[in-house]
Amino acid sequence: MSLQGTVSPQLDRAVATASVATAPTAPARVATRGRGRSLGPRLRAVALAVVVPLGLLLLWDVLVRWTGTRLVPLPSGVAVMMWDFAFGGIYDDAYSGSLPIHFWKSVQRVYGGFFCAALVGIPLGLMIGRIPLLRAMLDPTLSLLRPIPVTAWLPLSMIFFGLGPKSAVFLVFLGAFYPILLNTVFGVKSVDARLFEAAGMLGCRGPQLFRAVVLPAALPSIFNGLRLGASFAWILIVVGEMTGVPEGLGAVIMDGRTLSRTDLVITGMIIIGVTGFVSDRLLVLLSNYFLRWSPQHHA
Amino acid sequence: MLDPTASRGAAPVILEVRDLGKVYDASNGPVEALRGANLTVRKGEFICLLGASGCGKSTLLRIVAGFEQATQGSVAVYGCEVDGPGPDRGMVFQDYALFPWLTVEQNIGFGPSHRRIAPKEVAKLTEKFMAMVGLTAFADRYPHQLSGGMKQRVAIARVLANDADILLMDEPFGALDALTRSALQEELIELWRTTKLTVIFVTHSVEEAVLLADRVVVMTAGPGRIDCEVEVDLPRPRDVASVEFNALRRDVTRRLTSHIGGSRPVAATADS
Ligand SMILES: Nc1ncnc2c1ncn2[C@@H]1O[C@H](COP(=O)(O)OP(=O)(O)O)[C@@H](O)[C@H]1O
Ligand SMILES: [Mg+2]
Repeated sequence: MSLQGTVSPQLDRAVATASVATAPTAPARVATRGRGRSLGPRLRAVALAVVVPLGLLLLWDVLVRWTGTRLVPLPSGVAVMMWDFAFGGIYDDAYSGSLPIHFWKSVQRVYGGFFCAALVGIPLGLMIGRIPLLRAMLDPTLSLLRPIPVTAWLPLSMIFFGLGPKSAVFLVFLGAFYPILLNTVFGVKSVDARLFEAAGMLGCRGPQLFRAVVLPAALPSIFNGLRLGASFAWILIVVGEMTGVPEGLGAVIMDGRTLSRTDLVITGMIIIGVTGFVSDRLLVLLSNYFLRWSPQHHA
Repeated sequence: MLDPTASRGAAPVILEVRDLGKVYDASNGPVEALRGANLTVRKGEFICLLGASGCGKSTLLRIVAGFEQATQGSVAVYGCEVDGPGPDRGMVFQDYALFPWLTVEQNIGFGPSHRRIAPKEVAKLTEKFMAMVGLTAFADRYPHQLSGGMKQRVAIARVLANDADILLMDEPFGALDALTRSALQEELIELWRTTKLTVIFVTHSVEEAVLLADRVVVMTAGPGRIDCEVEVDLPRPRDVASVEFNALRRDVTRRLTSHIGGSRPVAATADS
């Protein structure tokens, strides 16, 4: 009696009933996933997203003209400044065409600190979440250190690392470290205990579990931590670069303040905002790729 | 033709549960879930553990699986005392417990790929068991893209691919609709006949127990213990509508309910 011959007719029937059972939900899922999303809805989404920023620009313009203030430039003035900052050729001062170097320095520091934070935070989080002894040893200390605002570390960080980029990187590291660590720990703790049992009865145990179960199961939470960490990193780079660093977007904003060049300040703010946004979208793309198995993680 | 029940008496004992007791340390005091349970299972047998919910079926199965430590007595597989989960005993959970980040194929290959087996061998094994449960066409799907019945097939194939001797199933079809459930029951019997597995199947449905089992082990609560065992000598495939089937079913139901007095209004016969 061959297995194929005896099993498959029943299987076919069972598969048929199974697909009947899922039939009502399946099309809906495809539609919301937007696999074949056409151009129309996408344009609509872009249009809707652009309305508020355009409105704010308009309001800004109107308010500056109405009050006649000289402290805040018009949006058009900032646009000119931005062009000069990026490509030069208009004001020909110290900032003309210097965007690439400032931008590059900040990006290096942000990602340097961020990657260090991920490199320490993720493995440490996996172990704290999984090894009770380690948790008992580290949890109290980490909980004590956590409420201290990262900016409060600035003076100490300047003592440790001197005036300069290193202390900025350290602040970025601290700022990104906690969200990454805490989300990783949370992710590990909330792994369904059944999955460990399933892995155990299939012969996977000990350190193997970290790669086979703990890491993938905690991944959604880890990505939340990475996104939070990256946004804190961009916040802290400005603080870090405000003292004793000649180059970087934070330094530019600080210079703009001392020179009373508000157009430069706003230019720096906008560039940081856009870069932070793009870097978050990149993380979302990565997360969508790595979490393609999870129905609820298609941001 | 080959009826596995024919040579059962001579088959070697594969599992021996002796005087098993379990007391949980719950936050509101100790809970005695199991007391003095004895069970002997021979190789190739299909056993159903039957009882009302809360009578300790899962506890017994989980101790056999090695997920839970007994507070009294012992469990031995092939004469060796069980301490901890092992690939010789494969568990199929009611809620599937598939790895959601792995595809059907990778889930089935999970056990073999974590032993020292060449990737080619793993692929061959996976292929074989995927075909056995009829999921070859769904190899690259993730669990969330499968129906409940398909998920449970993956869970069964995952255990078979890992070369388990004893299949432990804790109300595996409890969450499925009636059509899918009866299809899977038939498939399970077919798999059992062809693979010569030993199956311990937990259910609270008398009909399911009488339909599947060589031997129905009836459990009662307060604290959980094994009340009696009923041999099911009906020929397979079994006819649910036959007089013999229904007589046996009534008999088992009577044994089950005779212990559920007025103090326990839990309806164990709600399956019909
Ligand atoms: N982890 C646990 N902690 C405390 N009590 C438990 C635990 N698991 C089960 N119990 C108790 O043990 C008894 C038997 O449970 P269980 O084995 O799950 O029964 P069944 O599977 O037959 O429904 C129940 O009273 C239940 O409340
Ligand atoms: Mg149970």
